[in-house]
Amino acid sequence: MPTIVVEVMPKAEILDPQGKAVAGALTRLGHNQFSGVRIGKRFELTVDGPVTAETLAAAKTIAEDILSNSVIEDVVSISEAK
Amino acid sequence: MRVGVITFPGSLDERDAQRAVKLAGGTPVALWHGAHDLEGVEAIILPGGFSYGDYLRAGSIASHAPIMAEVIDAAHKGMPVLGICNGFQMLAEARLVPGAHGRNDCGTFVRRDQKLIVENNNTAWTTDFAQGEEIIIPLKNADGRFVANADTIKRIEDNGQVTFRYVGMNPNGSLDDIAGVSNEAGNVVGLMPHPEHAVEPGFGPDTAQAMRSGLDGLKFFTSVIQSTILSKA
Repeated sequence: MPTIVVEVMPKAEILDPQGKAVAGALTRLGHNQFSGVRIGKRFELTVDGPVTAETLAAAKTIAEDILSNSVIEDVVSISEAK
Repeated sequence: MRVGVITFPGSLDERDAQRAVKLAGGTPVALWHGAHDLEGVEAIILPGGFSYGDYLRAGSIASHAPIMAEVIDAAHKGMPVLGICNGFQMLAEARLVPGAHGRNDCGTFVRRDQKLIVENNNTAWTTDFAQGEEIIIPLKNADGRFVANADTIKRIEDNGQVTFRYVGMNPNGSLDDIAGVSNEAGNVVGLMPHPEHAVEPGFGPDTAQAMRSGLDGLKFFTSVIQSTILSKA
């Protein structure tokens, strides 16, 4: 099925306790080459029909209005799944 | 006075909020998230819980529930609205109050009897408090960290929209120790701790006088009844 992928990340200046917890675990496990982890969200929107400029625009609207909260998060990408 | 308490899928504290309204002398009215009817209430409470399992973001799906269209409209017209915990998250998601919420900085759920200072007693829900009064009510949340950008923080601090602040310790990493905020008009208030759990002897926080005797939450509910009566006089 045609799919649009939306990716949302917490803003850089916003503390990400989930990412910090994972980063701490990696350090404990000896993976010292990774100094930080931030966790975001990936949404896969199944499209009824082909992905068009219109469906991408609609995806952008819901990505900004519903899938993310602009106070704490950024929409980092909207694209058709390959 | 009829005070509506809305139940969402996953609400937990609506019965306690209804009882708090009753103990304060009001008439609680159970409202349903899926309806488009406020049933003639004069104030609204969005209760605590985990609506929609906190999926997407805490409070976000509930902020789009059918009845929220009426709640947002009524709030803009001046009706008192109180959001408690998950209700506060809904108010922020609906943009009825400034800011947003993130995971507690400690990474865990926190439950404690929390001391707060009343920073603004000139809102619909705080008139029975003294300005600067310190109160203790229960706090219980996982996503309670109040976040806003620097401009917003300055604006709400300057406008007196910071309604409550944590005292003694900051349980979740909220900016400026902010525990509760209001809209500009002061009719909409959201806070993380739970006043409805400190309204009845035997069930509230411990005090120096007696175990579980803390009733500091009752004034939220008496305030809205009093301020509504005064607004009609």
